[in-house]
Parts: sequence; structure tokens; C-alpha cells
Amino acid sequence: MRLSRHSYSSLRSIQGPLVFVEHVLEARMGEVVTIVFPDGRETEGEVLRIERDTVLIQVVGDSRGLDMERTRIVFTDSVKRAPLSLAALNRVFSGSFQPLDGLPMFVPEAWAPVAGQPMNPVARARPQEMIETGFSTIDGLNTLVKGQKLPIFSCAGLPAREIAAGILEHARAGPGEGAGGAAASVVVFVALGLAQHDYAYYRQTLERVRGEFVAFINLAKDPVVERLLAPRFGLTVAEYLAFEHGRDVLVVITDMTNYCDALREVSTAREELPGRRGYPGYLYSDLASLYERAGRIKQRLGSVTLLPVVTMPEDDITHPIPDLTGYITEGQLVLSRELHQRGIFPPVDVLPSLSRLMQQGIGPGRSRKDHRAIANALYVHYAEGRDLRRLEAIVGREGVGERDRHMLDFAEAFEREIVHQGGARRGIGETLDLSSALLARFGLRQP
Amino acid sequence: MSGRIVGISGPTVSVELPGLCLYERVGVGHAGLMGEVVRLEKERAIVQVYESTRGLALGEPVTGTGAQLTVRLGPGLLNQMFDGLQRPLVRMQDAQGPFMQPGSAYAAPLPLEALRFVPIRRPGDELRAGEAVGYVEEGPFRHCITVDGPAGILHSVADGECPADAPLAVLEDGREITAWHEWPARVPRPYRRKLAALEPLVTGQRCIDFLFPLARGGSAIFPGGFGTGKTLLEQSIAKFADVDIVVYVGCGERGNEMAEMLDDFAALEDPWSKRPLMSRTLVVVNTSNMPVAAREASIYTAVTLAEYYRDQGCHVLLLADSLSRWAEALREISSALEEMPGEEGYPTYLASRMAGFFARAGVVETLGGAIGSLTVLLSVSPPGGDFTEPVTQACLRNTGAFFMLDTALAHRRHFPAIHWFQSYSLYETEVAAQLDRQVAPDWSALRNETRALLQREERLREVAEIVGTEGLQDADRLLMRATERIRREFLAQNAYTEDAFSTPAQTHARIREILEWHREAAARLAKGGRLEDVLAAPPALPPA
Repeated sequence: MRLSRHSYSSLRSIQGPLVFVEHVLEARMGEVVTIVFPDGRETEGEVLRIERDTVLIQVVGDSRGLDMERTRIVFTDSVKRAPLSLAALNRVFSGSFQPLDGLPMFVPEAWAPVAGQPMNPVARARPQEMIETGFSTIDGLNTLVKGQKLPIFSCAGLPAREIAAGILEHARAGPGEGAGGAAASVVVFVALGLAQHDYAYYRQTLERVRGEFVAFINLAKDPVVERLLAPRFGLTVAEYLAFEHGRDVLVVITDMTNYCDALREVSTAREELPGRRGYPGYLYSDLASLYERAGRIKQRLGSVTLLPVVTMPEDDITHPIPDLTGYITEGQLVLSRELHQRGIFPPVDVLPSLSRLMQQGIGPGRSRKDHRAIANALYVHYAEGRDLRRLEAIVGREGVGERDRHMLDFAEAFEREIVHQGGARRGIGETLDLSSALLARFGLRQP
Repeated sequence: MSGRIVGISGPTVSVELPGLCLYERVGVGHAGLMGEVVRLEKERAIVQVYESTRGLALGEPVTGTGAQLTVRLGPGLLNQMFDGLQRPLVRMQDAQGPFMQPGSAYAAPLPLEALRFVPIRRPGDELRAGEAVGYVEEGPFRHCITVDGPAGILHSVADGECPADAPLAVLEDGREITAWHEWPARVPRPYRRKLAALEPLVTGQRCIDFLFPLARGGSAIFPGGFGTGKTLLEQSIAKFADVDIVVYVGCGERGNEMAEMLDDFAALEDPWSKRPLMSRTLVVVNTSNMPVAAREASIYTAVTLAEYYRDQGCHVLLLADSLSRWAEALREISSALEEMPGEEGYPTYLASRMAGFFARAGVVETLGGAIGSLTVLLSVSPPGGDFTEPVTQACLRNTGAFFMLDTALAHRRHFPAIHWFQSYSLYETEVAAQLDRQVAPDWSALRNETRALLQREERLREVAEIVGTEGLQDADRLLMRATERIRREFLAQNAYTEDAFSTPAQTHARIREILEWHREAAARLAKGGRLEDVLAAPPALPPA
């Protein structure tokens, strides 16, 4: 520990959001610094690299107006920490944890480093309690459970926003938990690089949320480096609420593509070797350091469930962002442009979608005894119908055999009746009843 | 020996500390983070730190240990869970709570409990290198304590209860033999000679055992995009494989999955010995959010543990999920060291490092003269599901079997999603000859028949795409019905039901039933029966 705050004005160079300072004694990796502009303004920065007495600092916020002579860098001897308190509930903050709702900052009860510590794998409790989102394609076919991380893979122009909002509004603990499940839950909403009109939409949604929430909003016009910080604040607050106060926390982060682009921007400025598509080679580890913070702990109440939204550039699921995300998360919900164009909402394509933790979250005592059988039957028969569409495209509907035509009709009906639900919320019981009726109508057995 | 930190960049730290050796283990900073020297220069050494460097300050002390990164080997390892540096996770949790704190590098790696030693040699006996002095019982496992180094005459030997770190025997030349010893993780353990891999390794997965059999001492990879069921397949094999010891490495994968697996394994029993599954299992976990350098080391820690059991004369299976995460860790460290990148940013020594790793698999005659084997089975996560990437390609040059996991099969919920045309096993001929003898003489014949049917179906499918299934001839439609049964009832296996495990005899009975049904139906069809009647006739045995 150092005794006093060190202050330096020995800048060597300034490159965009990066500042090199010379002749620094005892800088700390990840240390927070205060950057004092020539005009007295202050902003924060973080130590990225130390080479002897030269320190590389990343400026959080706008670096416009910095100069070489009068700028001062004050070292604080502490890594970035988040202020924590139950008073953060129902508040809206910026990406650097400043209040945006006009109220004064709360008095923190505790502080925790934003980078978090990895959870010991043996301390993790197995996620197995269903969260009912109100969407048939999720609850029935790709069930979300507490402590899971399940991204929504969307494309530009698809209604990921409406789905995220629907989940924010309707999600509640599964039927096995009793009706009071919603009361204990908190939503942490993190917006990264959000456009103004989307912001207005989400603000309205948050007002409709019945439970408690904490929001971190980084708009498209806000500093890029804040986008790297905001999800870490959100997750640190989520861990605090979950593991210190026993809440079930649902973290919605939109849009991770903006996060990754911010990471690329900073990495390029640092002159690091670029990996695929210019993203840094450590993109996987960096994403994992966020996503892996979802989970539950044995013998503790509370859970952190993570629902990131990823917009796939060029609708390409093999793009590094959705690709690496898919390798870390426990499944994915994939939206389809084709379904959207046919007016189906939510346009979830269930075939490439998957919830890896579904098997544990469903069945007797959790959802319903017949849940697994119904879901499997829908998958098998719908996949068959979808395969036949290619044949139909070649030979025309008349050229298709009778049984095949039956399966084509089933696939169509499945999309219209089960996938499509408009704005209505469906309980898991309703989803399963509808599905089982559909299978019966087409004379399809539940294997 | 103590120096200080002069630079920090990501997971690497430069230090001023003369007298360090390459790959020496060092303690970094006030917290004593564990690191390893990876480069030496005139004025400074570069240290790869196995824990997060956040909060580390310039000028903090660095101490050398004079030793390499080692693995502690001896009785008491089974039924344990370690991180990539062989720190026991349960003890870390007891000491630190649910979140892992950095800087506990020098915690004793294992509980040192008293042992029960049973000597089998007496003072005055001559012991050759690698020969056992006696054994320690570790649950059902008899743990031989052997002589390292040259031969010698036994001077004294302990009997019964001994403290864990006390010498169990002393040789006349003064050498002490202890139950525990340290072995450098990156150095392969010695053996007398390598033997050919011929014996089948039964995995319990019909598709693998029947179509692409694995040999003891062999190596295999299964690459697949996300959602193709790599982890599930790997865990199924860990549960059911016919081996003595399983070493499972979760390398850069999901924490929740590890929690699920540990939960499952604790409740299951080994189908072969009927003992608790964990009593034959060792788990090394380095989840994706744990420090990247330890992820790189975890593979070596695990293979050294596996080799140790091989040297006890065991059949060992090392499963790693996934090798790609290891390669990416290597890339991340290489990039932090500012090395010249090769293909896709991976260091150019990627292929040779991997070849060195795969070379540690094999059947060996141990120094003591026993036969042991180490089989390596690794999952690979190719970016974008593209198998032309460097990691998959480097694996293909070094492994004997390739189980390709197919995204299209996975979307159809056909698991294990092993593609039956793209996959191969180089052990097929030798192993199949053994299975013909051990299980049924027609094993190979049935396999060839199954293959032929599946290939015929593939061609028919192309025709059916154009004319529709109803445009096909009756015999062909029957064949497609038969292959559908092969796919649904034989190749697919639900990991969540009793069907998850199939013995070779069960595998054989099931495929024989389907093929006989097909032959019979084809005969009836040839005699002029209607396809509808033939298909409506119940199969000879009810499908399971």
C-alpha cells in the first residue's frame, strides 16, 4: 500500500483513448487513475500495461482536450471497484455508474472489484429451477433455468428488443416455486451503445416491470470505453444482490456486438495483434469473464441468470462474436429473418436453438411430467417437415407424397400456432396443452 | 533469491532476478502468485503468471523456487478435483469461500493423511529400477510404491500406519523411498518400451464401438461446432468407458457444466466394477473465466497424472474438453510475449507442441514390467464449425481416430451427432479382429453390412430429393426404412436414459436384430409381398 496519491504530468504520448505516462513509480496493473484536464475537468482511466516506469493508461470517457503539458494523472492505488447497496434498486445509472435519473448517488454499503473473482467450480450449485418467460419457444422447447446464460442471436432488423422486453416484463420463477416467485427477483438491465429510440423503448418497458430493477445505460453517443465497464458494473451489482441478499437476478445485456466492437477498438489502439476479423485473440477469455459470472452457489439463496443479446453481423452465426458466445453460453436462441417476414412473433427458429440446461429444469415437480416427451416430439416432426420444404421447392406441392404433405402441414401449423403467439403471455401449462393438442390433431405420437 | 517486477503486460510479467532457469517456478508479488519463467534475457526474465495480474504493482518482490512446474504424485489423488495447477478445489473452497482468491499458490496441494503401507519386499532384497517395494491401499485401488532411479539393496522398510511424508523404505546407498514424489509436468514419464495399440477400448457408445472403434493406448479427437454435443459425449464416455482410471480435464469450458458433471458423477457407479464412479476418476478443472495461463498448464498437469497411473499398470483414459481452449491459451500467451504469429495467430510451435502431447499416449511396458495404457480422447471446438482451422488439422496428423460431430445431425436432435461417413478410425482393422473373437464372429460382417446400407441410403436420398420417397422402388423404400431404424434405434443414443450405455454384446444384438429384420422383409418383398404389409409386420424383437 502506498501512503499518498501520486500525481504525474510526464506524458509521453496520447493516442485516442490511450495515454502513455513516464517516470511513474509503483503503478498497479488495472489501477484506477484520475485524469485532470487542462480546463479542470476530471475523468477516469485504467492502467493497462506497465513497462519499467512507463505506464499505458486507457481513458474512460472522452479524451478530447487532453494536452501534453498541463494534463495531470493521479494514481489512486486501487483497482476499479463498484459501489454496492440495496439503494441501487430501481435506479438508472450511466456506463460509469453515475446516476442518470436526476437523484443523488446513494451511499455505498460495500465495494467490490468490478472484474470479479472466478467462482470455484465445486462451489457451484447445479442450475435446475425453471424460469417461465412466457414464450412457448423458450419455455416449451428451450427452457431457461436459474443460473443459466442463454444468449439471443438476432439479426439487424429482427425484434430481439421486443423479446428481451417481453422477458423483462413476464419472466418469473417456474410453477414449481409457487406463485410468489416474481417478488424475489430483480432485473439488471445493461444497455451498450444503445440508440436513442431503443432507449426510449426500454425505459417504458422498465416502468412496466413489476419487480425491482437496476439499469446501466450506455448510449451510442457515450464513450466507447464505458461499454467495457458497464457490463462489469451490472454483473458486480447482480452478484451482490444474488449472493449477499438472496435475490434471483436476471441480467439482460444488449447488445454484446457493441461490446465486442468496443473491445476491438481499444485493442487496435493498443497495437495488439488482431485475431479473426480484427477482434483481439483474447476475445474468448474476455467474453468468458463476463458470461461465466452467471450461476448459483451451493447453500446460498439467489442466482445470476444472464440473457445477452447478440446481433449477428451479416446474419452470420459463424462470425466470431456469436461463435465464441455460443461456445461459452449454455445454448442459444436463434431468431430467423424468414419467420419474421411471415409475421411470426417471436421469430425463434427452434432447430438451431438450444438450451443445454433444459433437461434438469423440466419434468415432474419443475414443469410437467410430459414436458420432455412433447418437446422431443415437436422437434423430431418439425425437423422432418422443414427438411421436406426443400423437396417441395423442387417438385412443387403436388409432387410431394401424401405423408410428406402431412408433415409439411404440421411444420406450417407448428410455426403458426406454437411459435407464433403475438404479444400474449403463455404459461408453461398452456404451451404444453397447445402443443399436445397440435400433435394429436396431426395424429403424431409422442415418442 | 529475490528480485522485483519491472513490467506487467496481460498475463506476463517481466522481472529483474538473476539466476533464474527457463521454466523455473516463481512466486510473484506480495500475494505470491504462481508463475513460470518462459523467456530469459540479459537483464530480465519474462514470467507467465498463472493467476490474474490485476492489482499487481511495479516493484513488488519476485522469488525463485529452483524447481519447475511439478505435479505431486502419490496415493490419495483419486476422487479429487484440482484446478489446472493441481490445487485441490474443495480445500480451496473451505479456505476461501465460493470465489477463488489469487495468491494461494503455495498451499499444500493435497491433504497429507497417514497411509497404510504393506511391504512386499524385505531388507536385504535387491530392487531393480521401477520395482515395487510394497503398496498402499487407496480405496479399491492398490497403489504400488516403486523405486525411482537405479537399482539398489533394500536397507529398511516400514510396515502399517505411516505419516504421509515419512520415508517408507531406505536403500543401502541412503536413498529414501516416499509415497509421494514430484514430477515436472512438461516432461513425459519414462517407461521401458512402447507396444502396439491393439486391444479395444469399449466406450459404451454404439456408434463408436461398432463403426469407429477405439484402441487402448490410442488417441482420438472429436471436433464439432457449439451445440453438437461434445461435452455430453465426453462425459458419457467418462462414465462408461472400460478403463481403470479416468482423468477428466475441463479446459476452458463452462462452470455450470462442471457443476452438473460433478453432481452426476457423485451419484453414479462404474458399470464395469460397480464401485462409485468417482473412486476411479480424477478431475482437473480450469473453467473459461479462470486465468488463461493455468488453462495452458492444465493439460500437462492432467497428462502427468494420467501417466502416473499408467505406470501403476492401469488402463487410463484422459479426456479433455476442449483442446481448442488450450491452443487459444497458448496463442494468448504467445501474443503477450510478442512472438511472431503463424496461421490464424497461433504460434508456429502449435503443431509440434501438440505432437509432443499426443506422443504421451500409448500402451507401454512400465519400468516395473507391467503393462499400462494411456488413451487420449479430446474434443476440439473449431471456430465457426470450420474443420480446416489449424488446431483440427494439427490433430488429424497426430491422432488415430476422428469422430466428426455434425451440426445438421445435432439440429435434428440425433445424438451422439457423429457423422458416419466423415469419421474414421485407424484402429478399425486390428480392433475389429479382436471384437470378432471376443463378442461375436459376425461383428465385422455386420459392420460392413451396416456401412453398405448407410451408403446406399445416402445415394437414395439424393434421388428422393428429386422424385420424393414415394417415387422410389419398394426395395429401396424398405432399405430407407431399415436405415432409419439403424439411425434412430442404433446410432442414436439418449444420454439421459438407461440407453446411455451399451455393452458390446448389447450393441451386437441390437444391430443384428435390425439387419435380420431388413433381410427377412426384403425376402418377403422379393416373393411378391406388398411393401405396406411387410412394413406393418412387427419386427422380430420389439425395439428398445
